[in-house]
Amino acid sequence: MLKINNLSAKIENKQILNGLNLNVKAGEIHAIMGPNGSGKSTLANILSGKKGYEISGSITYQDKDLFKLEIEERAHNGLFLAFQYPLEIPGVNTSNFLKTSLNAIRKSNGKKELDALEFLKIIKLKAAELKIDEKILNRQLNVGFSGGEKKKNEILQMSLYEPNMVILDETDSGLDIDALKIVANGVNSLRDKKRSFLIITHYQRLLDYIKPDFVHVLMQGKIAKTGCSDLALELEKAGYEKI
Amino acid sequence: MREKELEKIKEYKYGFSTDIEDVKAPKGLNKKVIQFISKIKNEPKWMLDWRLKAYDRLQKLTEPDWQKPKYPKINYQDLYYYSAPKSMKDKPKNLEDLDPKLLETYKKLGIPLQEQKKLNNIAVDAVFDSVSVATTFKEKLTEKGIIFCPISEAIQKHPDLVKKYLGSVIPLTDHYFATLNSAVFTDGSFVYIPKNVRCPMELSTYFRINASETGQFERTLIIADEGSYVSYLEGCTAPMRDENQLHAANVELIALDNAEIKYSTVQNWYPGDKDGKGGIYNFVTKRGACRGKNSKISWTQVETGSAITWKYPSCILQGDNSVGEFYSIAITNNYQKADTGTKMIHLGKNTKSKIISKGISAGFADNTYRGLVDINRKAENARNYTQCDSLLMGSKCGAHTIPYIKNKNSSSNIEHEATTSKISEEQLFYCNQRGLNQEEAVSLIVNGFCKDVLQQLPMEFAVEAQKLVGISLEGSVG
Ligand SMILES: Nc1ncnc2c1ncn2[C@@H]1O[C@H](COP(=O)(O)OP(=O)(O)O)[C@@H](O)[C@H]1O
Ligand SMILES: [Mg+2]
Repeated sequence: MLKINNLSAKIENKQILNGLNLNVKAGEIHAIMGPNGSGKSTLANILSGKKGYEISGSITYQDKDLFKLEIEERAHNGLFLAFQYPLEIPGVNTSNFLKTSLNAIRKSNGKKELDALEFLKIIKLKAAELKIDEKILNRQLNVGFSGGEKKKNEILQMSLYEPNMVILDETDSGLDIDALKIVANGVNSLRDKKRSFLIITHYQRLLDYIKPDFVHVLMQGKIAKTGCSDLALELEKAGYEKI
Repeated sequence: MREKELEKIKEYKYGFSTDIEDVKAPKGLNKKVIQFISKIKNEPKWMLDWRLKAYDRLQKLTEPDWQKPKYPKINYQDLYYYSAPKSMKDKPKNLEDLDPKLLETYKKLGIPLQEQKKLNNIAVDAVFDSVSVATTFKEKLTEKGIIFCPISEAIQKHPDLVKKYLGSVIPLTDHYFATLNSAVFTDGSFVYIPKNVRCPMELSTYFRINASETGQFERTLIIADEGSYVSYLEGCTAPMRDENQLHAANVELIALDNAEIKYSTVQNWYPGDKDGKGGIYNFVTKRGACRGKNSKISWTQVETGSAITWKYPSCILQGDNSVGEFYSIAITNNYQKADTGTKMIHLGKNTKSKIISKGISAGFADNTYRGLVDINRKAENARNYTQCDSLLMGSKCGAHTIPYIKNKNSSSNIEHEATTSKISEEQLFYCNQRGLNQEEAVSLIVNGFCKDVLQQLPMEFAVEAQKLVGISLEGSVG
């Protein structure tokens, strides 16, 4: 699904990633942990196509050269990033944004665009399944949302777009236990043989609900250690210093 | 077609011109030309006298120069003041007799005039250069006593109404461009809504400039008698030309007791090319008088076209409890310039005004909101709320907010809010990540920014306007 080969990235002459390798196969869940500032969001941003980095190395996604795809083309090809800090867009109705995005993705895949009614039916169903209050749909996109509401909105979108490769950037940070369960539930209900997840997190507790296949530690710009879910427990106890 | 031209057409899809034989007044601005216009329109003497009075007055006026966008000197003697399709000379009695080229032109513009294809529930007056070529739904409106016709027709058929109200809101002597218009105005729409009638459909005028080296000077007069209601919309387009063309219209609205006029504009005159060559000078005077008690006038404008837009649709709130509203979106891209806003003149008691202005600048454009809230000594308990928001795209454009307030009554309440923001890279990245390309993302964000104004448009036009907002900003990012 996703193959990262010797990836290095600089921003403003600061080396952030330095020879990172990672291989995510279809159906796998990988967790990435690492200290603050270790470059986890940078990795997520580069995968999604954000500009402004000086990059070397290569990434193949679904056997394509990822760097040849524009940001929106990556989205059309099923790459989804749940933002660590979802953006506020004043005046833009959340429901309208979700519908416009979904239709852009559908259109690029040769599927029929949904009209307002068809969309409403689907989104209401998804919100109910995930136990997300559908009231957020009528508000301006992320404007004045609590931290938890913003993250739930990301999860709702994830489940709406049904992506192939999901990257969650600290979606669990700052969530109470109920919201955390909503996030985990969203991931688990999408989990299948064809879909892969890259879950960036600080805390072991999310991994109590989502069983990852691998846990990686990102330090000094590369994967410093890889293990199974026990590694997360170890890290929780001993911190990153020991690695 | 050359590639460059193809590219141009993609940018401004109304940029074609119609090859049609026309009748023109001789070039230049003088009494002979005014007599020519008056004669060809078969006007009564009082109308000609009125025009000549304006012309005399014009000799004593100079063009105002306090506006932000400056423009090269206009040679008024080098313009045509009247141009009309030749086929309009012996007035076609009905649409079947109309020159097919004209029908085709309006069809291309998305304004079908033929009976069977008429827009649903919208009556259209189509003005081509200096004449009105067709008005739809006339009979249906006549049943209710509503008059909706070209102003040149109203001058002949309803002289009493025209005499009484023409120039009553924008006096002959007002200022250079208004006075110029009074002298040489050619056509435009006339609307009269009788007492206690609610106009059953949208009325709309579609202005089209076609001829080159020709100024367009239309005149619109709308009268809403006691207890009546009307919603009126104007749209405008022009061919792409390297020259700048002058458009100096006057619009007067009069609302009597308990009457309401809603006036919407979607202005999409040719804005000039990417380098700022060509485009329309849109120097327009629009003013409404809330003459009666509890009357209301609401202006909504979506200004996306023109090289320079310079206009202040205003409300004179004479009647007690009258209400004036101004909702504006002004989009400037490339080298376009806009200096627009409103004047709310509070004269009556308990008068209320509301101003919502959204200015969007991209490229090298410059966008100014200029507004006046004037509370008269006698205007007890007047209230105004003003909100001016500017959105900048890129770092080479400008946005300015100039709100003037004159307050002579201490019982008034005036509120003003202003914001300036930028579309952030992060916002665009977020939208792109959700599958929207750059243009779709900008269109979505900008439409969100403008929402409060777009909501004011009649439903039939809101969708079109939304698209236009997106198109106007194409190529402004990335
Ligand atoms: N636009 C930027 N300009 C300069 N430094 C940046 C920029 N973005 C991120 N960084 C730096 O890169 C490092 C990695 O950041 P980030 O990927 O956000 O870390 P993490 O998500 O692991 O906390 C940090 O030291 C951060 O300050
Ligand atoms: Mg981070």
